[in-house]
Amino acid sequence: MASVLGRYGRKWSLGCVSYHKNHLPRFSTVTHSAVPSEPIQQQQAGRSMNLYSAINQALHIALESDSRSYVFGEDVGFGGVFRCTTGLAERFGKHRVFNTPLCEQGIVGFAIGLAAMDNRAVAEIQFADYIFPAFDQIVNEAAKFRYRSGGQFNCGGLTIRAPYGAVGHGGHYHSQSPEAFFCHVPGIKVVIPRSPSQAKGLLLSSIRDQNPVVFFEPKWLYRLSVEEVPEHDYMLPLSEAEVIREGSDITLVGWGAQLSIMEQACIDAEKEGISCELIDLKTLIPWDKETVEASVSKTGRLLVSHEAPITGGFGAEISASIVERCFLRLEAPVSRVCGLDTPFPLVFEPFYMPNKNKILDAIRSTVNY
Amino acid sequence: MALSHLSSTRSNRLLRPLAAAASSLCRPISTSTEPLVIETSIPFTPHKCEPPSRSVETNPQELLTFFRDMATMRRMEIAADSLYKAKLIRGFCHLYDGQEAVCVGMEASINKKDCIITAYRDHCTFLGRGGTLLEIFSELMGRQGGCSKGKGGSMHFYKKESGFYGGHGIVGAQVPLGCGLAFAQKYNKDENVTFALYGDGAANQGQLFEALNISALWDLPIILVCENNHYGMGTAEWRAAKSPSYYKRGDYVPGLKVDGMDVLAVKQACKFAKEHVLKNGPIILEMDTYRYHGHSMSDPGSTYRTRDEISGVRQERDPIERVRKLVLGHDLATEKELKDIEKEIRKEVDEAIAKAKVSPMPEPSELFTNVYVKGFGTEVFHS
Repeated sequence: MASVLGRYGRKWSLGCVSYHKNHLPRFSTVTHSAVPSEPIQQQQAGRSMNLYSAINQALHIALESDSRSYVFGEDVGFGGVFRCTTGLAERFGKHRVFNTPLCEQGIVGFAIGLAAMDNRAVAEIQFADYIFPAFDQIVNEAAKFRYRSGGQFNCGGLTIRAPYGAVGHGGHYHSQSPEAFFCHVPGIKVVIPRSPSQAKGLLLSSIRDQNPVVFFEPKWLYRLSVEEVPEHDYMLPLSEAEVIREGSDITLVGWGAQLSIMEQACIDAEKEGISCELIDLKTLIPWDKETVEASVSKTGRLLVSHEAPITGGFGAEISASIVERCFLRLEAPVSRVCGLDTPFPLVFEPFYMPNKNKILDAIRSTVNY
Repeated sequence: MALSHLSSTRSNRLLRPLAAAASSLCRPISTSTEPLVIETSIPFTPHKCEPPSRSVETNPQELLTFFRDMATMRRMEIAADSLYKAKLIRGFCHLYDGQEAVCVGMEASINKKDCIITAYRDHCTFLGRGGTLLEIFSELMGRQGGCSKGKGGSMHFYKKESGFYGGHGIVGAQVPLGCGLAFAQKYNKDENVTFALYGDGAANQGQLFEALNISALWDLPIILVCENNHYGMGTAEWRAAKSPSYYKRGDYVPGLKVDGMDVLAVKQACKFAKEHVLKNGPIILEMDTYRYHGHSMSDPGSTYRTRDEISGVRQERDPIERVRKLVLGHDLATEKELKDIEKEIRKEVDEAIAKAKVSPMPEPSELFTNVYVKGFGTEVFHS
């Protein structure tokens, strides 16, 4: 009975908010707010806010719209170490927003169980670098629950949020990008937003999606990325990539904080007469192969960039899939500009990172192949 | 000796002027190794074992060494605080001031063949294991001369030749590693033990219980030391743990609760523990200690505890002050002599910092070394 109501409730909430397909403000470069390229549908006005505020707003909306949703994790009660959960405990109470002890495996296992009882469990892992004790729970429990029970049970209401990525001085254990590990697991979704307005919509979609989602938030952008974010409840579709810059000479694919670096490279390349098309993948699995394929069919060249080390990174999957689909169209090998194959270093971070110049070099050599 | 029981400050102050006048004229700092027996401030609380005696054997030289070592550690941590604020140290920096008695007391009861493995609050533990101030400041500032060649940073200090296995960023991960170290020691029959340190936050990690079971099952010579400073980052112990009696959490593994601010109690407990584990398998030591700084340099440390609490501990239980009182009370040195030691330490620390500041950064090629055993394994990026 409860599960029927739950399903009905979710359909209702999906039905009453509209999906925005690429009708949001254009991707902003890191420090200033964006100018919309197309008029937004007539909704409530937006407000300028940063990434953690947008995520905070999404969580407020999620908890408000669904009384069976919960937010928990280490230190979330006072607002969290990145302030993403500010005000939630005060507003919704300690039985819905609560701190957990320091035990990632326990947190995720607990979240899976809660979700299996048809609740929306939003678990926070304080830094993506700490997600590994929970890796077994995610891979072996969350991803396979629906499959192995023949559809009787599922933990679709599970969303795991974790800040990921370089922050300038994080060192080995506060900078990792572990998305590739999770992209290798059928049964879960991996979503990574690039900006505040994207984050709000994608997080709401992830929470309401009927599959378990791992949601990585680019911590570098928590304060740095500021833009107009609509104040109402809206969702952005998962598994749909977005072309955020149109071009004709080469396709660049990325996600999260890396996109702003890639955009800088595109702007510089433009000055040299190279027209770059930039795609935000948004959902890494299941990923939108069609959009990327269509773009590469147009340009004939592909460059993928991510902070995670190059070997075995998600760029390898994109490269392999696109080569399969676009082999005869490709004018040059697929280029990957990624982190180096070393542990994320401390003092050497500037050398390790796939920065603008490395991307620019790669664009040039791909175009001149 | 009349003053063998630690008396209150007031009575010491009354006795002092008389003794001082006579003694400061002709007595140098005592370096005698004549035994002195001192009682710990509070008794030990046992769990499934017989506690050791409260009477600790020490001597003037040892007490003065305690004073010097702890004062060096204190000065070093405060200097690291300033360096961090000056942005010479970057990344994360977790300071140990207040907890000095734990590593100093531990060192007094063991040797360098025993292994110590700890979490990320490791600057003082490293110093206790024989590290130098220069190595410490160099590593903190990411220089070549650092103990981990500048590649580890604050959280990853190591010293192989002294059995210091570091220096770990992931909470609780070092404890099962400690079991492995202990197993190797037992296998080699070398009568050495491992001290695996963790905090009250880490005590709730699943891997800790796995480590307890493994070490008890196989009778490993491991001492699990919970440095309970009562706050896991900003979370008070009673908010995170159903049972904050960490020394009892081993259930079938015996435990001992120790006043971690009393260096002599720590020394006694570690000595007892080492003897115990070589015969009977693992034991848990809970060190009741306190950190004055916040969890790390990004944490002011005052949003989850009152300033009164912090200053209260500083006044009542500071480990260095305790030893100072002991030394003065037993007339092993004068106040001036102790102050001179502190001045000397300050100078040493400043010199080490100055040297470290001008020392070179690691070569860029170091980015690729030590990933695997030899040569690359890494792709040098090219388009």
